[in-house]
Amino acid sequence: MTSATSDEVKVGSTRRRMGRLTAYWLALPGGLWLAIFFVIPMIYLLSLSLMTGNFIDGFTQTFHVSTYWHTISLYHDQFIRSIIYALIVTALTITLAYPMAYWIAMRGGKHKSTYLLIILLPFFVSFVIRTLQWQFILADNGFVLGTLKDLHLVGSDFHLLATPVAVICGLTYNYLPFMVLPLYVSIERLDPRLMEAANDLYASKLQALLRIVFPLTIPGIFAGVIMTFVPVASDFVNAQLLGGAKTTMIGNVIYTLYLTNNDYAAASALSFTLMGALLIGIFIYARALGTKDVMEAAAL
Amino acid sequence: MTPVDPGPDGLANLRGLTQRRFSRRDLMQAAALLAGAGVVAGCSVPGARASAIPADYWKDKKASRSLDWAQWPLYIDVGKVKGKTVHPSLVEFTKRTDIQVKYEEVIQDMDSFVGTIRPVLASHQATGYDLMVLTNGIYLTQMRELNYLIPLDHSRMPNFFKYADKTAKDPTFDRGNKYTVPWQSGITGIAYNPKYVKRPITSFDDLFDPAFKGKVGMFADNQDLPNFGLVGIGVDPAKSTEDDWRRAADRLIKQRDEGFVRAYYQQDYISPLSKGDLWITMAWSGDIFQANASTPGLDLKFVVPEQGAVVWTDNLCIPRYSRNPVSAMELINFAYDPKIAAMIAEYVNYFTPVPTARKYILDDAKAATKKADRESLLQIADSPLVFPTKAMESKLYRYATLTPEEVPVWNQIFEPVYES
Repeated sequence: MTSATSDEVKVGSTRRRMGRLTAYWLALPGGLWLAIFFVIPMIYLLSLSLMTGNFIDGFTQTFHVSTYWHTISLYHDQFIRSIIYALIVTALTITLAYPMAYWIAMRGGKHKSTYLLIILLPFFVSFVIRTLQWQFILADNGFVLGTLKDLHLVGSDFHLLATPVAVICGLTYNYLPFMVLPLYVSIERLDPRLMEAANDLYASKLQALLRIVFPLTIPGIFAGVIMTFVPVASDFVNAQLLGGAKTTMIGNVIYTLYLTNNDYAAASALSFTLMGALLIGIFIYARALGTKDVMEAAAL
Repeated sequence: MTPVDPGPDGLANLRGLTQRRFSRRDLMQAAALLAGAGVVAGCSVPGARASAIPADYWKDKKASRSLDWAQWPLYIDVGKVKGKTVHPSLVEFTKRTDIQVKYEEVIQDMDSFVGTIRPVLASHQATGYDLMVLTNGIYLTQMRELNYLIPLDHSRMPNFFKYADKTAKDPTFDRGNKYTVPWQSGITGIAYNPKYVKRPITSFDDLFDPAFKGKVGMFADNQDLPNFGLVGIGVDPAKSTEDDWRRAADRLIKQRDEGFVRAYYQQDYISPLSKGDLWITMAWSGDIFQANASTPGLDLKFVVPEQGAVVWTDNLCIPRYSRNPVSAMELINFAYDPKIAAMIAEYVNYFTPVPTARKYILDDAKAATKKADRESLLQIADSPLVFPTKAMESKLYRYATLTPEEVPVWNQIFEPVYES
């Protein structure tokens, strides 16, 4: 009797321990992946940003912090521009994506997945090719502007390509699905009875939207903002293909510093500054939204 | 919403009063931080410079039957045999030497090509190419500094010493042709589309004409843009000082800030110039010729402005760890056969390094059966863009040769012009 009980206890505790270990084992591949491809490169990048030297003779660690101030003073225009573009693009994508996601989630009926597929369809074409198409669409004498010019709706020297407008349009187009999908997920989860209840309690449609739907989809908005704002701020393809003079973004600068000038230290310092700025921005934003735990909200 | 919960925090406090101050977790975190800091401090990036190439490199090199050649697009003669596109000069090469050539048009611009092969060479691996064509300038100097180029075997290139033009010999960027010989050279000048520009273009200052506001294209690079800018303000880049660099950059920044420049282009200026997005732009001579030749009805113009223009040279060179260096030397020698140089010049329309090729082009013109063919060949033979005249030569300037210390200064002055 007694021995049987103690055996049972032992089996139970082993199983419990196994259960605890299983979680670690399951996390191991992902954890290793992150360690090898994220944490180590990150530390390396930080280290690199403090080095001095050149590409041919090598870089040595000198804790040369002034690289940070130097690069910021050289490239603050592009830095601020990238943040401004990212803010505009994020605002535009929310404006465009929210009604879209709402309509699909609430009124999509049985065709929901078809509509989602249509939104995702451009993803079946390479990012660069998609952006290149905008060069044709927005060309000075292309079919859009050419037609408008023929109709004398715009002046003959009006152009969009090589302007900030073109870059922002391209960015908005390319990152729109990243906003639609998280919004769709969070709106789709809403219980329609909440809206009915709001209606029963004499809330107008607008009130219901602002006080019920909107607050409940904040995690979706938060995820969408992270998935658009962060990559947009560091994008370099759109500025390269659609931009002109004075539309260079910080991503282009880092690209040139790293690959053309081989100034690894300066490129790393700028990358780190950008990352820091984005992280701080997101934490402030999370606080402003009243999200208690940033990680929880990001995980949706 | 939040229930009042003394929860884990409260308990932790309680425990904190009774237990040790540092938990295992704290220790682990401190250790991780220390390790991180150690890595940050301990790291360094070794220089990419390889060991010197031994002086007797060529001693034991044997002939082989193949050759991998990395080249820019549209940079050699093209013909059709039984519906297949071939390069007649390379067919001739295989016939003479029994070496099969894998001709690969993989170089779109120096940035990405050098960016691709450099890490391979840095890890002591063969690039897969035995011969490549690199433009003189920062990258070529860098490749040489890194010991990534094999010194040419001068005993295997008699044609070069016999037929090469004096401008091809002993260039400033490679004294004594130790590592390179020219493939073709070209000019960075001004191109315009006469459909939109209704007056002749003659001067660098035409790029600053308010009539073309927002329709001007410039190059986005640290090479052509700065050097052309220097020539534009009347300075020979080869003799320029840091002061001149700043003056040239200021002029270019003014051009940008006053809204003249539509965009800074890398390779992609031909299409906007043809479509009318650009009216006038910095351009490479051969590009304009080939665009006109390949697009019916297109009539772009190329000019060397009165202030002068920049001449650059694309060079044949052998990357380190090449598997067929002897074949590469064979081809270098072959390319300097005037008859072969003529075949190539007839097609690519850049400066040929072999002046006697002209005779063969004239012969071909005489032999041509179609009037149009004859006229185009005669035009090439007389083109100052293929066989430069004295007047043309006097207006051409070489890139500034920069020391490794000068390169970052130069970059920091000119990069903000196009990366704005």
